Amino acid sequence: MADEVAASDAIAVRRTLGGDRDAYRVLVERHSQTVYRLAYRMMGNRHDAEDVVQESFLRAYQKLKQFAGDANFGTWVYRIAANYAIDRLRQRNTDEARREGPSKSGEDSPGLDPLSQVRDLSPSPERLAGSAQLAEQMKAALAALSPAERTAIVMRHWDGCGIEEIAAVLKSNSNATKNTVFRAVQKLRRAMAPFVERNEARAMGTEG
Amino acid sequence: MKHRTEEELIGYRFGEVNERMEIAAHLEECAECREELARIETVFGALDAMPVPDPGEEYGRRVWQRIAPRLGRRRARWWESQFAPQRLLALGGVVALLILAFVAGRWTKPRIPVRDEADAAKVRERVLVVAVGEHLGRTEMVLMELENAPAGKGQKPINISLTQRRAEDLVEENRLYRQTALNEGDQAMASTLDELERVLLDIANSPEELTPAAFETIRKRIEAQGLLFKVRVVKQGLDERKSNPDAKPAENKSRGTERNKV
Ligand SMILES: [Zn+2]
Repeated sequence: MADEVAASDAIAVRRTLGGDRDAYRVLVERHSQTVYRLAYRMMGNRHDAEDVVQESFLRAYQKLKQFAGDANFGTWVYRIAANYAIDRLRQRNTDEARREGPSKSGEDSPGLDPLSQVRDLSPSPERLAGSAQLAEQMKAALAALSPAERTAIVMRHWDGCGIEEIAAVLKSNSNATKNTVFRAVQKLRRAMAPFVERNEARAMGTEG
Repeated sequence: MKHRTEEELIGYRFGEVNERMEIAAHLEECAECREELARIETVFGALDAMPVPDPGEEYGRRVWQRIAPRLGRRRARWWESQFAPQRLLALGGVVALLILAFVAGRWTKPRIPVRDEADAAKVRERVLVVAVGEHLGRTEMVLMELENAPAGKGQKPINISLTQRRAEDLVEENRLYRQTALNEGDQAMASTLDELERVLLDIANSPEELTPAAFETIRKRIEAQGLLFKVRVVKQGLDERKSNPDAKPAENKSRGTERNKV
C-alpha cells in the first residue's frame, strides 16, 4: 500500500518536472494532512500551521529537481516542512525576545527553565487532572521548549522518526539529538508533574 | 542495587540505549524503576491526548488553491521566471532598492560604529515605509476596482481576469514585504499585510468568469473586513512616518499584537 503510493508519487513528480503543473496537485492533496499535523504540533496554532504547509509545498515545488526520484516524496516534503517550521519557531523566539527585552535569550540556552513559564498556570493538585487543563498545561509546556527540543519531540514521538532523521533537521549529531529528545521529555514531565505525580520525590530529585 | 537513571529509562522507552538487555533485566526485578518508567510513560499519554484540529477533508484541495497561482504559469525553472525582466518590472524598482538597502546594511554592519548602525536601520526602515506605501497604493486600486465594478445584470458573468493578474503580482510583492516587516520586527505591518495577502490570494484564485452572485460574495467579504479602510489607515500612518520617521502609530501596534494571539 505504502509502496503503491510512493510509486504513484514518483510518477506525479516526473510529470510535474515534465511541465505538467497539475500533476503536482496530486502530491499536494495527498500529503497535505500529514504535513499539517506536523506543522500544527510544531507551531501550536492553526494559522501558522497552514502557513507552514503552504510554504513547504511551494518550496518542494521549487526544489523538485533536487529531489532524487528514488526517495519518497512524502518523507521529503515532511522534512522540508520540519526545516521550515523550526526556522519559523526560531524566528518567533527572536521576535518575542526583541519585544520583551533582553531578559529572555535565544534558543537552546540550557538555563531556560520551562517551568518558570508554566508554573503560573499550574492548578493546585487538588483541582487537577481535568484533561482539558492538562492539555492546556502540555500546550504551554511544549511552547516553552526550545525550537530544537520541540522539533525533536514532535518528530520522535508523534511521527516515529529516527534519530538520524531528526539530527538532519536539527543540523546536529545523533548523540546531541538523543540528548535533545531526552531534555524535551524531561521538561514536559516536570510541567505535568503537578497533575499526575503525587509521589514526586524521585522525579524532581534527578534534576540535573 | 543501582537504579537506572531517568535518561536511561527515556532512552529505553524510545529503543535508543546501548544496554537494552541489561535495563530490561533490571526492570524485571525492580518495581521502583518499573514505576518510574510508568510515570515517564504518562508524558507520552498526555501528548497523545493533545488534539490536532481537523482541517477537514477538503484541506488538500484548499492548499492547492492557495499555492497554485504562486507556482507560476511557466515551464521554466522558477528562478528564470523569478528574474525575468517583466517580473522585475512588475515588482518595481522599489524592491530592488529595498534589497540594495538591506544588503548595504548587512555588508557594512561589522565595521561601522553604533551610531551609524542606528542610522542604517533608519534608512532601511524608511525605504521599507516608502516601498510598502506604494505597494498599498496599488493594492488599494485593485480593491477599489472590485468595489466599484458595475453590478452584473441578470446572469451575465463578470470577467475579472485583468484584476486577477494584478492581484497575482501583488501577492508576490506582498509576501516579500510581509517577510521584511517580520524581519524588522514590525508586527503591526506584518499582520495587516497578512490580511491583505489572504484577500489577494482569494481574488487570484477565483475563476476568471464569475457569476454575479459569486462576485457579490467577494465584494461583500472585502467590505465586511473593512479592508479598503484598513489599507487607507495603514497607508496614512506610513505617510506620517515618512514625514516624521520617529513616530510609530501606537494604535496600529496594539491591533497587531491583538491579532497575533489568534
Ligand atoms: Zn531500579
